[in-house]
Amino acid sequence: MAVREFAERGADLELVGIQKRFPGFTAIEELDLVIPAGSFFALLGPSGCGKTTTLRLVAGLEEPTKGRILIGGKDVTDTKSHERPVNTVFQSYALFPHMTIIENVAFGLKRRRIGDPLGKAHEALKLVELDHIAQRKPQQLSGGQQQRVALARAIVNRPALLLLDEPLGALDLKLRRQMQLELKTIQEEVGLTFLHVTHDQEEAMTMADTVAVMNNGVIEQMGAPEELYELPRTSFVANFLGQSNLFTGAVVGTTGTAITVAAAGGRIVVPTSRAQRHQGEVTVGVRPEKVTLHVEEPGESSARSVLGPGRIVDVSFSGVSTQYLVDVAGAGTVVVFAQNMGFGPVAEVGTEVWLSWAIDHGFGLDDEPGEGGRFPADDSTRSIAVQRREALVSELEEH
Amino acid sequence: MSGEVQAGAALSGLAESEQQEARRPVRRPRGRRIGLGDWLLPAYTIIAFVFLLIPIAYTFVFSFNDSIKSNISWRGFTLDKWLNVCRVEGGAVCEAFGNSVVIGVTATVIATALGTMIAIALVRYRFRARSAISLLLFLPMATPEVVLGAGLAAQFLAVGVPKDMTTIILAHTMFCISFVVVTVKARVASLDPALEEAGRDLYASPAQVFRRITFPLLTPGILAAALLSFALSFDDFIIMNFNSGSTSTFPKYVYISASRGIPAEANVIASAVFLLALVLVIGAQVSRAARAKRLAKLG
Repeated sequence: MAVREFAERGADLELVGIQKRFPGFTAIEELDLVIPAGSFFALLGPSGCGKTTTLRLVAGLEEPTKGRILIGGKDVTDTKSHERPVNTVFQSYALFPHMTIIENVAFGLKRRRIGDPLGKAHEALKLVELDHIAQRKPQQLSGGQQQRVALARAIVNRPALLLLDEPLGALDLKLRRQMQLELKTIQEEVGLTFLHVTHDQEEAMTMADTVAVMNNGVIEQMGAPEELYELPRTSFVANFLGQSNLFTGAVVGTTGTAITVAAAGGRIVVPTSRAQRHQGEVTVGVRPEKVTLHVEEPGESSARSVLGPGRIVDVSFSGVSTQYLVDVAGAGTVVVFAQNMGFGPVAEVGTEVWLSWAIDHGFGLDDEPGEGGRFPADDSTRSIAVQRREALVSELEEH
Repeated sequence: MSGEVQAGAALSGLAESEQQEARRPVRRPRGRRIGLGDWLLPAYTIIAFVFLLIPIAYTFVFSFNDSIKSNISWRGFTLDKWLNVCRVEGGAVCEAFGNSVVIGVTATVIATALGTMIAIALVRYRFRARSAISLLLFLPMATPEVVLGAGLAAQFLAVGVPKDMTTIILAHTMFCISFVVVTVKARVASLDPALEEAGRDLYASPAQVFRRITFPLLTPGILAAALLSFALSFDDFIIMNFNSGSTSTFPKYVYISASRGIPAEANVIASAVFLLALVLVIGAQVSRAARAKRLAKLG
């Protein structure tokens, strides 16, 4: 039975205890996730982290090994892809090459026997400003246009849930920014629930209300973009979402409101509320733009953590800001971003400097920065499809 | 192999390369000296074409020969044979030709349907003995036709099936399936699985996905396979000769009458088939060129 009516509004998506195993590897360990109706949710992670598999499970293109999928409170785990009120914008766009643009967009409406499919399709094309090329074939369109057609083809169905599988990955930077804005506008206009899968942290942060950072088949941390950025809980999040300076050491003092960690040849103080662990070996960190450079040793202050002295080993000027790499004994290389308030860099390579930051800007992690896992298996939809095809082609050639 | 098969292969090549840009010859800058390559290649090309085309031209010209019994020496021009092609020997030529067409069409339809299904299954699904099946499907193509024909004849005899048109159709279907599978498999492998997934995602049931997406996208490959099947079936003499019983087909008719002189009517039919294939190829080329032009104008 096909879904014969438009969704009135976006629906909640609920994943309960999802596990997905493929022969040879586990894509998703254990996943529980609730995405409230009408929100723009981004699943962020490196390739191979299980985010695309999650999306394919929701779309019904894969079956979970364990667990349930609920859309709008209804269990859809055992329904087929074409019976779910869900539409996907594929990474490769997957526009039907033998149909015109308007036929592509009207395809879903016709399958559901919704009245006036062509009229509605034209409306959707107007929304993405492509109605004038409705009679063309997909291969006559540019990448950006194809992407907008793919979007129109999905939203014209008014799905309760729209899945976006890195749809902006193939576009150049300028077009991507423009499409991000358009997507956000459309989401607010039509009020659907968007689940956006991406490996681009900037894209996730600018577009989504809630971001879940995924790694090795589990969600590491979930929250509003600001929250994730300012208070990362794991070293993966601290480094995948922007850059971080991390220092590991033992807790040497605890007050009611803060812990003191002996690391990097000094003492780093972090508020208790911003630290995940309060004793033993802990890793603490600070974002590069929160760190201030001093050319003279700053006085002791209860409000700031101080490191140094260190030596500047690299200065790179990027217009708005300057990035300094500072070698601090016992701490390795520390990154500092300084706004260019005056003209040019304030210090040169070789200068002896001290570093300080407000105690409130520090954060304490739940784990230590680990090794490995930087290049796990690549299993985004496109690469799965490409790999399968390559396997088949090579098999054909064998015979 | 005869002109029919070559025409069929040309057609199949056409359909296959439909989406590729037509290669345009690169014009060489005008050289001052005439090198060896400047005349050797054209001369070689002309000789090759003459060699290829003389038998066809001969067949065509002698279909207008006012022959009495044997059609070897030129006795003057006539349209008689073209106009009264079915009147000679009580219409034996036409009956044989009709049988060949019926056998060709039936075998093509069955082989194309089965072969397409096999090709999709081999590409899209993982199952036990998949690669073994792929390999076994090549066997009829690799086996000498004499062996295939004799083997089949022995089997029909053992089972006690009388040899007639049905046994020929069975034999032809069998070896055509291999060619269909090979042709269609390449097309299926080049089909992006994401397209079918997009169809499922857009509320199309599995049957609708096949009818609206998979099948239309495979059509060029399927058409090429069907043309190839028909050409192979129409052309086959060896396997048919073992399994035809008293049924006459066009190649068999020509073969038998060769001993006492092939009537000009056979030339008429052979020429007509060749002309038909030629028209099909040219038609396909022209419509492709027209479409490319239209697309270019739109883009």
